[in-house]
Amino acid sequence: MDLTTVWFLLIAVLFTGYFILEGFDFGVGILLPALGRDDRERRVLINTIGPVWDGNEVWLITAAGAMFAAFPEWYATLFSGFYLPLLLILIALIFRNVAFEYRHKRPDAAWKARWDTAITVGSAVPAVAWGVILANIVHGVPLSADHEYTGDLLAALHPYTLLGGATFLALFATHGALFLALKTTGDVRERANQLAGRLGMVTFPLTAVFLAWTLDLRQNPAAVALTLLAILALVAGLAANRVRREGWAFTGTTVATGLLVATAFTAIFPDVLPSTTDPAGTLTTTNAAASGYTLGILTWIAAFCTPVVLAYQAWTYWVFRRRIGVANIPTD
Amino acid sequence: MDALDVARWQFGVTTVYHFLFVPLTIGLSVLVAILQTMWLRTGNERYLKLTKFYGKLFLINFAMGIVTGIVQEFQFGMNWSDYSRFVGDIFGAPLAIEALLAFFLESTFLGLWIFGWDRLPKRVHLACIWAAAIGSTVSAYFILAANSWMQNPVGYRINPESGRAELTDFVAVLTNKVALITFPHTIFGCFLVAGSLIVAVAVWHLVRRPDNPDADTYRFAARFGATVTLLATAGVLATGDIQSKIMTEVQPMKMAAAEGLYETESPASFSVLTVGSLDGSRELFALKIPYLLSWLSTGDVNGEVHGINDLQAQYTAQYGPGSYTPIIPVTYWSFRLMIGFGLAAAAIAVWTLWAHRRGRTPTSKWLLRAALVMPVLPLAANCFGWIFTEMGRQPWIVFGEMLTRDGVSRSVSLAEVLTSFTAFTLVYATLAVVEVRLLVRYARHGLPDTDPPEPDPTDHDDEDKPLAFAY
Ligand code: HDD
Ligand code: HEM
Ligand code: HEM
Repeated sequence: MDLTTVWFLLIAVLFTGYFILEGFDFGVGILLPALGRDDRERRVLINTIGPVWDGNEVWLITAAGAMFAAFPEWYATLFSGFYLPLLLILIALIFRNVAFEYRHKRPDAAWKARWDTAITVGSAVPAVAWGVILANIVHGVPLSADHEYTGDLLAALHPYTLLGGATFLALFATHGALFLALKTTGDVRERANQLAGRLGMVTFPLTAVFLAWTLDLRQNPAAVALTLLAILALVAGLAANRVRREGWAFTGTTVATGLLVATAFTAIFPDVLPSTTDPAGTLTTTNAAASGYTLGILTWIAAFCTPVVLAYQAWTYWVFRRRIGVANIPTD
Repeated sequence: MDALDVARWQFGVTTVYHFLFVPLTIGLSVLVAILQTMWLRTGNERYLKLTKFYGKLFLINFAMGIVTGIVQEFQFGMNWSDYSRFVGDIFGAPLAIEALLAFFLESTFLGLWIFGWDRLPKRVHLACIWAAAIGSTVSAYFILAANSWMQNPVGYRINPESGRAELTDFVAVLTNKVALITFPHTIFGCFLVAGSLIVAVAVWHLVRRPDNPDADTYRFAARFGATVTLLATAGVLATGDIQSKIMTEVQPMKMAAAEGLYETESPASFSVLTVGSLDGSRELFALKIPYLLSWLSTGDVNGEVHGINDLQAQYTAQYGPGSYTPIIPVTYWSFRLMIGFGLAAAAIAVWTLWAHRRGRTPTSKWLLRAALVMPVLPLAANCFGWIFTEMGRQPWIVFGEMLTRDGVSRSVSLAEVLTSFTAFTLVYATLAVVEVRLLVRYARHGLPDTDPPEPDPTDHDDEDKPLAFAY
């Protein structure tokens, strides 16, 4: 396999990993007001993701860094083209991340309420914005022959991309609810379980329509296969939730989220950013790529580091495998 | 005003802001790891108290380091897309490797450290903070290697077809002589900040309440911090001296601009202060140390130092018409302020040690005041160091290869950059207020109680036991 294809795959894997992992911690943030009735319950929710959210976010940092290094043209066009959505994501992440750290640092209720809002909004906004951006990549964007984005913000917002945003929001919320059902005890666990069932009613149709529309836009046999598997996984996950098999239910949305993102990347390959205006503007795995020498070095480093990173991240999840309940929250 | 100016202001403001948190992360992570190691070695509770206390200040700071760092990474593509296209091959590689090698390490093990007090055996828990500290330092190396390539490009060729820079020798990029010296200089600068913060908090508690039950622990902390500060100062001076020589060699214009030296001189004297016009036309008052500049830049007291006028003429011949001179007052003053602020912190560290001599406890209100401004001094020195390095490189974004004005995103409008610049400035200003208040609040709070003793991490029977740490 060509090194450019390898790196396309790796970047797809990094984004897939990012959406799976940060997907559930965004979900927990989105559900904070719905599932946490009082301060202690909200602290239960936040502490289920406390030790891991930062490690999850590094998947994004690595994906963006790898894109910069392996496909500089892709990185440059995408990031300057989606200027305002990315700005929104950055601002949202800033508030959300400092909120985790700061909300419990002062006892007064108004202070906590403000940071709780930051967590909820700061989780929902990036979920929607990433959905819109991913859908735009699949749909294609107006590009000039020298790969400059020529559209404006409105050009990025149309029914398909908005559906992408709604799908991400619903899917992450469901994924987060199932994560909470798996990681908490008592009342919170019960409610998370029920809420996941209800959210599933919305998530399933959105995901199915979004995937069908994706195939309608760009089709190849692999994408069709992935789509079918994604839908199957989602159905299986929601069914497992009904019979209270929490581990399987969470695995279901994990696989579904992963396959949904994989479908999008498979559907556009070998393009990385299709142009809807000048066909010469389309960026592909070859015309956007860095030189072979750079890709070779990156490949060696990735081959050595990735297994180690996966091992210690998995270990973190193992160390913090215990469920958390209201009783575990210190009273200070 | 055009999009280029705003993009430059945004980059300058957001990077300097990022670098307010970076030094504390790099410096304090190592110092906290050392304190925790001392606790494990000696079993003395006071080291545990200090570990937890400074660890908390470190975490409040770390959150800001992360969020401002992500902005930096995205900004290259958003505002500097033509620059990203040109250098992605070379510049992107260290950034990607940094994320894979260092950021994962840092964030994962810090998560384990924060929440792992009651989940991990003591030694494993200690190893986690060391892993996070190593991660921070490694990350600094890669980003500094990337930055050094912009100061002194090596190991590349320009592809005549695409016009892009392509990597030809990765080892050369990582062993760039500018990177090799910038790294220790910056790391010492970070320890200067961390040491100063430790001193400030400890002295504050000591002078305010000399009968403090934890007085002994604070006395230890003050001396520990002051010693770190002084060692770091020695390091910064030694590396800064070498750096000056390397800079004179690879970017002679920067050295001339640092001195406001218009005409080539040999021997050249170092100007400590100049009152007058810095365009060289009038000099009202100048304090100069003879021979020092020659020695600083060449290692020889009679060495020749090139002046701005000569270099400007040389570059015009080499690169075509245009100005190749940075803004002289900015480079001149930032260079001096870097050194001045750093040395001021060192002076306060000496004073602190003096006040603690032979078992004394400091009582001076003046020392208290000095200690309170102390952490701000090396922070300012670091900022001015960066302003000097980056502004002294202008008008180049990649020295000799690409002008800053050619690196900016073409598809991004003035309105968009203004929106983001305004948004980041407002958000950063708000968070700065919150952050400083929280740091002060926790610093005042003083050392934590370590009674009851640490729970036994192997005791997993009690499912309802409260978490040792919770958000
Ligand atoms: C000399 C050190 C140094 C310098 C020059 C920079 N940084 Fe930085 N950065 C760090 C040292 C550091 C660190 C110590 O590793 C941080 C600070 C606090 C932290 O959490 O990690 C960090 C955090 C940090 C993060 C978040 C990592 C995480 O989530 O754990 C990113 C994405 C960046 N940085 C990116 C950048 C970029 C693109 C820079 C170029 C302008 C930059 N940094 C300059
Ligand atoms: C964290 C430490 C750093 C600080 C404090 C810093 C500071 C600055 C400052 C003050 C400017 C000048 C802005 C202006 O022209 O008005 C600047 C410009 C710039 N620096 Fe840095 N810098 C840092 C690290 C880096 C690194 C590591 C890189 C690259 C890896 C970098 C790349 C740039 C670029 C692309 C510009 C824009 C061009 C310009 O505006 O001059 N900087 N930086
Ligand atoms: C005392 C505290 C000091 C601090 C905190 C400090 C910090 C910094 C920082 C953060 C930078 C930018 C990063 C880099 O290029 O390394 C820098 C650059 C630099 N510093 Fe310092 N510095 C200090 C003292 C000194 C001294 C005493 C000297 C010289 C005798 C010196 C010489 C330099 C030079 C020449 C550069 C520019 C390197 C280049 O652009 O290639 N510094 N400093």
